Amino acid sequence: MDMSSHLSACPQCDTLHQMAELPDGARARCTRCHTVLVTNRSDAISKILALAIAATVLMIAALFFPFLSIRVGASINKTSLFDAVLAFSGDHLLPAALFVAALIIILPLTRVIALTYALLPLARGRPPYRRAKSAFHLAETLKPWSMVEIFIVGVAVSMIKVAGLATVTLGPAFWALSILVVVTTLKDRLICNWTIWAALERT
Amino acid sequence: MITARQAGLIGCLRCGRAQPAANPACMRCGSTLVSRKTGALQNVWAWLIAGILAYIPANIYPMLLTRTLVREEESTIVGGAIELIHHGSYGIAAIILIASIGIPIGKFVAIATLAISIRKPSRISTHHRHKLYEIVEFIGRWSMIDVFVVAILAALVQLNTLAAINPGPAAVTFALSVIFTMLSAQSFDPRMIWDDQTKQEAK
Repeated sequence: MDMSSHLSACPQCDTLHQMAELPDGARARCTRCHTVLVTNRSDAISKILALAIAATVLMIAALFFPFLSIRVGASINKTSLFDAVLAFSGDHLLPAALFVAALIIILPLTRVIALTYALLPLARGRPPYRRAKSAFHLAETLKPWSMVEIFIVGVAVSMIKVAGLATVTLGPAFWALSILVVVTTLKDRLICNWTIWAALERT
Repeated sequence: MITARQAGLIGCLRCGRAQPAANPACMRCGSTLVSRKTGALQNVWAWLIAGILAYIPANIYPMLLTRTLVREEESTIVGGAIELIHHGSYGIAAIILIASIGIPIGKFVAIATLAISIRKPSRISTHHRHKLYEIVEFIGRWSMIDVFVVAILAALVQLNTLAAINPGPAAVTFALSVIFTMLSAQSFDPRMIWDDQTKQEAK
């Protein structure tokens, strides 16, 4: 590999850095604006992959189990994640329904699947699949648009809003989604752009 | 300290690799290379104005339409928060007010300040402006809480004759406002914040 592949420009302030091998567990920050440039964790790729697969399973579980149920007197209404999405679908609100579905189901799911596709061969020491770069590109682009953690806070707020009106019970899908938030956070902390792109380039 | 631009290089925004400015696309990840997104300042303003325009009906029209046995009512963002205060849920009212009023307006002001500071010398230091940009990027998504609250309440509270909650038109325009401002922040190139300082250091 030529020397130029060790040159990195900080994406935030354009300062040029000569990248060096980092000791395990270390993080390197930009000398000028202190943005984190590289994080070196041993086995990061295998760990990201494990967490991405766990996130996929949790998301599928969250889709099919009951999410919340509400009881007023003898009247009970059970809600799945699909129902929360379809709440918008009445009359002219279909685009809104698709939009909520995208933010809390479709985009997060696409993101973990794309990540798994890009990293699976790398974790096993094999050359990446075709279009692995596009897949990782997609996963990174979708990051700010996956809003499961915001949705969970929204659920907490709604629970308190209806607390006076009715009894609300949390279902297994709610817990699956909460664990998904934790798993996603751990996963995103392990993703180091520089390291993964370098690995995708090398092979 | 030298920037990639001073060295005649371009740093890829996606993967960080610095490379000759003559490259048509990044040799590592294939992204389009731009030294500075100069023209994008127009995009920043366009999305920002769209975001502000969508925010106006979001505050005028109702967010929630609540129907119970005894009455029917419509509540706007601020109206909903005031109602929560009357019920004594100060914490939740604070979350809604911060996420739906504080963050969006703070974001409009912050993005405008940053965009103006690229053209005119700013009294705020480079480091502080960079910090401001990081905060805007991180926090903008959280405004979506109220949209999710509406979706969940509307899905949950459908108890036939007893009570029903439906989303109002403001839910849609508010969501659009959040998306437009997220796109505005994403169009902004933080490297331009640092260019003035680079020029002064070079003197």
